[in-house]
Amino acid sequence: MAFQSDNKVIKWIEYRLPIFTLLDHAVGTYPAPKNLSYWWNFGSLAGLMLVVQIVTGIVLVMHYTPHTSLAFTSVEHIMRDVNYGWLIRYIHMNGASFFFIAVYFHIFRGLYYGSYKAPRELLWFLGIIIYLLMMATAFMGYVLPWGQMSFWGATVITNLFSAIPVVGESIVTLLWGGFSVGNPTLNRLFSLHYLLPFIIVGLVILHIWALHQHGSNNPLGIDKKDSRDTIPFHPYYTIKDLFGIAVFLLVFSIFLFYSPNFFGEPDNYIEANPLVTPAHIVPEWYLLPFYAILRSVPSKLGGVILMFAAILILFVLPWLDTSRVRSAKFRPVYKQFFWIFLANCLLLGVVGAKPPEGIWVLIGRLATVYYFAHFLVICPLVGWFERPRPLPTSINEAVLPKAAAAAGE
Amino acid sequence: MRKTILSLGLAAVIGLVAPAAQASEGLALPKLSWSFSAPFGTYDRAALQRGFQVYKEVCAACHSMSLLAYRDLQDLGYNEAEVKAIAAQYEVTDGPNDQGEMFQRPAVPSDRFKAPFPNVQAAKAANNGAAPPDLSLMAKARVGGPDYIHALMIGYENAPAGFAMQPGLNYNKYFPGNQIAMPAPINPDGVTFADGTKATVDQQAKDVANFLMWAAEPKLEQRHRMGAQVILFLLLLSVVLYIAKRKIWSDVH
Amino acid sequence: MATTHGAAHAGQTRRDFLFLAAGAGVGIGAALTVWPFIDSLNPSADVLALASTEVDIGKVPLGQQLTVLWRGKPVFVKHRNPEEIEKARADDSASMPDPQKDAERVKKPEWLVMLGVCTHLGCVPLGNQGPYGGWFCPCHGSAYDTSGRIRQGPAPRNLEIPPYAFLNDTRIKIG
Repeated sequence: MAFQSDNKVIKWIEYRLPIFTLLDHAVGTYPAPKNLSYWWNFGSLAGLMLVVQIVTGIVLVMHYTPHTSLAFTSVEHIMRDVNYGWLIRYIHMNGASFFFIAVYFHIFRGLYYGSYKAPRELLWFLGIIIYLLMMATAFMGYVLPWGQMSFWGATVITNLFSAIPVVGESIVTLLWGGFSVGNPTLNRLFSLHYLLPFIIVGLVILHIWALHQHGSNNPLGIDKKDSRDTIPFHPYYTIKDLFGIAVFLLVFSIFLFYSPNFFGEPDNYIEANPLVTPAHIVPEWYLLPFYAILRSVPSKLGGVILMFAAILILFVLPWLDTSRVRSAKFRPVYKQFFWIFLANCLLLGVVGAKPPEGIWVLIGRLATVYYFAHFLVICPLVGWFERPRPLPTSINEAVLPKAAAAAGE
Repeated sequence: MRKTILSLGLAAVIGLVAPAAQASEGLALPKLSWSFSAPFGTYDRAALQRGFQVYKEVCAACHSMSLLAYRDLQDLGYNEAEVKAIAAQYEVTDGPNDQGEMFQRPAVPSDRFKAPFPNVQAAKAANNGAAPPDLSLMAKARVGGPDYIHALMIGYENAPAGFAMQPGLNYNKYFPGNQIAMPAPINPDGVTFADGTKATVDQQAKDVANFLMWAAEPKLEQRHRMGAQVILFLLLLSVVLYIAKRKIWSDVH
Repeated sequence: MATTHGAAHAGQTRRDFLFLAAGAGVGIGAALTVWPFIDSLNPSADVLALASTEVDIGKVPLGQQLTVLWRGKPVFVKHRNPEEIEKARADDSASMPDPQKDAERVKKPEWLVMLGVCTHLGCVPLGNQGPYGGWFCPCHGSAYDTSGRIRQGPAPRNLEIPPYAFLNDTRIKIG
């Protein structure tokens, strides 16, 4: 169905390039389930943060100098001398954290409501790849201010590759472009930090394309049957997303203007010094659970493998989860394990922030074992043995009683 | 079940992460109420000027503040002529001149603060091998920020009996590890404040912490002001959007 | 009937106003957000602080020119000899694209201070060259006289005089 308009200019363009039909299908008439809850706002919020990061990033690059002797002072030049430089830099710095906050809500919403299940596996895969690229981009961005944490974070993360047998050392030298993290490293990380966000944009377009093939999942996890189950995306979800954006930006503003260094480390306000490692070196908070898994394994190669496996295991999740019911709403047992899994992820985050001593080593190992057990043991077994609650026959029917009750008040 | 686990998890995160940084660093810092901490907080200009005086007359003998320029001092309430006069007290190297030689000239407001040592090696050589760190960002580069700076200044005392001191180091109860290369820098009445404030060690410590916080975060006041405006705007916008959302959705529910 | 219609109309108006307010709020917010990003492209505080420069002119021989950098552009400080001054004054009433008297272009007749940037497209003109004995721009052939006034070629205006002041007989401050 083509987009209809009386406007001559629109008609002229539309005849040659049906861009308005495309946009109309994407955000206009796109039939969305009528029962999406506020948990479904985080996709558009993540998209917004991607745009915010790209826009602020492009402006920051206009003032930043990617050279070891100037990077730190050029960031401070932005903070002190550039008009509104402090604002743009703090938006970018806190924006990274809020991008991850939105994406983590988005991922856990998908885990709770079974959004990864057929026919949305590829949608889920694209999401995991975006998440991986986000982590890579965030890590590279953290190196650019060339503070102590930047330098030592870069040293530790690049050294992960030295765990690879035989060629590990050569790969690390290749990554560094020298015998340690130095100016060539900073330059190439800067180049890639600028490139990857645009690759993420491309993947986001594929992600939305895949989403629109079968439409959004919904809190009931059942397929839409007819037009009574859906409402057009505009104006219903455009206004709901706008409201969500305003509230999200409100929370963002509180951190941005009143605690801009909350997510940061004081050590990154010390210029990089290859002779001194800071006492506590920790990655940014969004990487902490994986850092905890890395440190839980007493073998260098084993830790690296397990850390990557922790993310890659998400690719097999659609088949590890054997239940045919999507939404945890109708899965009494899985629901409990979902919350335990979430608590376990938070615990791993805490362990990642602690020095690897005493009781924390043990807790870290137990939490790591549980992390993998959730996917490899609990998900398949719960799917087999759990008795799901009866599913409603249609979205419309499940929503209607509420409406009837509301009308009766 | 869900609520219990979630609240336990949250409690774990908040309870365990928050004190993580301080856990291994010993004595808790005395928490002061700073004029700039509150959401609408601003810097105390008189304290900043006193703090700058402490830096200039005491700290600057060893510590650079290379990210600051003399022109920045207008922020402390000095006028253009006063800033020029302050800058002119310092001789900086410029050049090369037409003969290809470097030369000395009085500093101008656009010059960066003159460093006490020409390079790190010279700073090390003059200070028993420990180069005094640059102070431009010190209030953001240490856990506790201005509280830590104030505590460090007042934390010097004699080492407790039986504490094994390394030669050349000084005991400070707030310094991580308690052994610090810097000798107690501030003396009672070591400076004379123009505004008549009594220059106790505590007063000087507070003032210099104020000054260093300003140096590390000079745009704080602008940030606080803009934050209030943005948050007020977003609050109003959220309300309007919420009502509009209810209106649009009224025919669905 | 009339009342229901009125009520429906009032409801319609309220609804329209609400959507107008929501739309305007989002629009204003977006527009205000753009300003910091645009202003960040303007000269930063450290660039503005370098907006003035002091020059020692005591050692410039008669008839010679000193070229100094100010705001990233060359400034010509020309120590004019009496013939050049005379020539510049003699042409005061000649026909030229941007008429100006020599006296309006100098603070002291022997010192001509001007931006060494051709007013055509920004090249640096060469000294003591061209048909008028002043400056000649190699890019597109604009010729300036000994007062830096445009006399021939595509440039529309005389060479610009920057703000400057004599601090004493041998020092000037540009900017």
